[in-house]
Amino acid sequence: MKPGKLLLQVRDLSKYYGNRVGCERVSFDLFPGEVLCIAGESGSGKSTLLQTLAFELRPNSGSVCYDLRGEGLTDLARLPDASLRELWRTDWGFVRQNPRDGLRMRVSAGANIGERLMAIGERHYGDIRLQAQDWLRTVEIDEARLDEAPTSFSGGMQQRLQIARNLVTRPRLVFMDEPTAGLDVSVQARFLDLLRRLTSELNLAVILVTHDLAVARLLAHRLIVMRQGRVVETGLTDQVLDDPHHPYTQLLVSSVLTA
Amino acid sequence: MPNLPTLGVRRLGKQFTLHTQGGARIPVLDEISFDVDHGECLVLDGPSGAGKSTLLRCLYANYLPTQGEIWVREAGSPGRIDIVLATPQQIVELRRTTISYVSQFLRVIPRVSALDIVAEPAQRLGCAAAEARDKAAALLARLNLPERLWQLPPATFSGGEQQRVNIARGFIAERPLMLLDEPTASLDAINRNMVVSLIREACARGAAIVGIFHDAEVRDAVATRRLPVQPGIAAALAA
Amino acid sequence: MNAPEPALQTGYNFAYLDEHTKRMIRRALLKAVAIPGYQVPFGSREMPLPYGWGTGGIQVTAALIGPDDVLKVIDQGADDTTNAVNIRSFFARVAGVATTTSTTDATLIQTRHRIPETPLAEGQILVFQVPIPEPLRWLEPRETETRTMHALREYGLMHVKLYEDIVRHGRIATTYDYPVIVNDHYLMRPSPIPKFDNPKLHRNPALMLFGAGREKRVYAVPPYTDVRSLDFDDHPFSVERWEEPCALCGSTETYLDEIILDDQGQRMFVCSDSEYCATRQEAGHKGEMAA
Repeated sequence: MKPGKLLLQVRDLSKYYGNRVGCERVSFDLFPGEVLCIAGESGSGKSTLLQTLAFELRPNSGSVCYDLRGEGLTDLARLPDASLRELWRTDWGFVRQNPRDGLRMRVSAGANIGERLMAIGERHYGDIRLQAQDWLRTVEIDEARLDEAPTSFSGGMQQRLQIARNLVTRPRLVFMDEPTAGLDVSVQARFLDLLRRLTSELNLAVILVTHDLAVARLLAHRLIVMRQGRVVETGLTDQVLDDPHHPYTQLLVSSVLTA
Repeated sequence: MPNLPTLGVRRLGKQFTLHTQGGARIPVLDEISFDVDHGECLVLDGPSGAGKSTLLRCLYANYLPTQGEIWVREAGSPGRIDIVLATPQQIVELRRTTISYVSQFLRVIPRVSALDIVAEPAQRLGCAAAEARDKAAALLARLNLPERLWQLPPATFSGGEQQRVNIARGFIAERPLMLLDEPTASLDAINRNMVVSLIREACARGAAIVGIFHDAEVRDAVATRRLPVQPGIAAALAA
Repeated sequence: MNAPEPALQTGYNFAYLDEHTKRMIRRALLKAVAIPGYQVPFGSREMPLPYGWGTGGIQVTAALIGPDDVLKVIDQGADDTTNAVNIRSFFARVAGVATTTSTTDATLIQTRHRIPETPLAEGQILVFQVPIPEPLRWLEPRETETRTMHALREYGLMHVKLYEDIVRHGRIATTYDYPVIVNDHYLMRPSPIPKFDNPKLHRNPALMLFGAGREKRVYAVPPYTDVRSLDFDDHPFSVERWEEPCALCGSTETYLDEIILDDQGQRMFVCSDSEYCATRQEAGHKGEMAA
């Protein structure tokens, strides 16, 4: 990863639920190809931050600017709904913790992958199908299952299908919320390895929420540690994990069981 | 412009504050300054607990120094970067192009074969996949890792086997600065000698090396210079 | 086959609905005409027949019909089915309007599931009965989301449904209520007409209005509006064809119903549009089973 042009710029981002803090005064920069992990325990505001970054939740204050294709760094707050939604389904991707939230469970794997292509106007059934087949192969799902609905897939396959469904439009930034939380450890390893390979092959920037520090160490270049909606520590992943400075990070790191 | 040494350390200090233990402060390194130029192998001397590994980790940006400067000459660039102040993006790039770090322990990547783990750093430097695998295979052969293990993920390997994978991974990319933390700790004599050869070859191609070696024989065989690291105050207090 | 219609019944406002309600529906219809294909909400009233029997269509008809109108009602192409007969006699009783089975003579035609074969003319109004107006409901249950999708023309999802059709059946198997794009913007369900009738929606000289009573929506395709059926480049839209002509009038151009004649599997194909078929027979066209 070469630090190139800024992809995402976050400044003083805050989201409140009434008086309660969702996330507060979060700032960071993200570059193309960078994998950034947001870690912290349940209720620390990780998922709120992720949704606010993606503008699925509107921030109460602060800004998120994204390097829109052809437009340059653009404040998302000034983006019309139509462009924001287009961004969501083309240059961005979303991998949800629960595959039911990220997949259409009633239609075939092929249609799940083809949806984004059809949304951007592809109208050739055969081509869409071929591309879907290619992506199934890329995420290590048997092509023979192209016409099966994801309800018949295992948890690991469903998460891999979510990846394929998103990557088909070659996004530059993917948001992931605890994508491995529902998976068995053995299945997790395969998913993480695939993710690791794809992010580096496609120069994909990822913002990944996880409570699992091992996942962060394996995938992320950088780590943000959150507590009670605020960033308590941030930096190179291995530096934060091996030489934590903030009391909370030290507690978090020392609480991890090592096998 | 005078040719600057590959690595320049100035007044480096590191102290840990343990918040989980009532904010105890543990000074480990203090006022350390040295240069290492290309072709040199600097061996850190000192008893265990003196902070040799901590120093090495600071040089890799794995630990953040409390004070001081660590100037590294970036591969393919005339300028130097102080990694104490560098951005995470700069450090990730430095680790790709400039700094190798070989520790005693292999951090296993699930499902990835030994051969691919070794080949990866070369590939990330732009080597074609097949070429990188050939180089990896050659290195693993030199380190006497049985060929039947090459296609397997090293999670189930013995300590010595994992360490040889780790060494191969550290040496495959010919980076200008190599940090070696007890790379021969659990190796037998033959493999130890092989590592000595690898280190000498790296020096010969112009790498600057900073190393910690438990084994006096290895130390003597590779050192072009030595740096005594004094036990920190904490260690003295603990004794 | 024309039974005399019942006489005008007193005690009801003209065409059953009160004038305020009619005005409300007309306002909704004006909006619908102004935004072709857009579903306009309206305050659907209780009607003296159950949902699913055409309450939406009846309210639209009631809001528009005048004493000089000539009304035709068809159900699946036929003028003499229970639904058609009852709705026609309903308006004869509460509005006293003239009724007809002739497509050409009618000024206002209420229909369930067909567009007449006789080409419509300027000035005529065709009122469709609609069970479910939202074409995206199949894949997106949230109303707030489907409204946004319409507003932003995000219709990729509809193609997901067609894609699934091809996956399961080897072709687009949707044969009725086949989705269309109206005036290059709104995605619309044309009500459960056979896709055979979809081309008739395109640039039709008549005003076409759609009423969904239970779902409380009206929408419109004004005269001469572009209406395009969705498809894939390699699976283009096409209409049904039959291998034999109508057994009664010999037509090869019309939508045919299959009629089973006995337990041995004897069957015949006849025009679904009974009035069109009868008119052709009167003009001397004969099919092989014509009397």
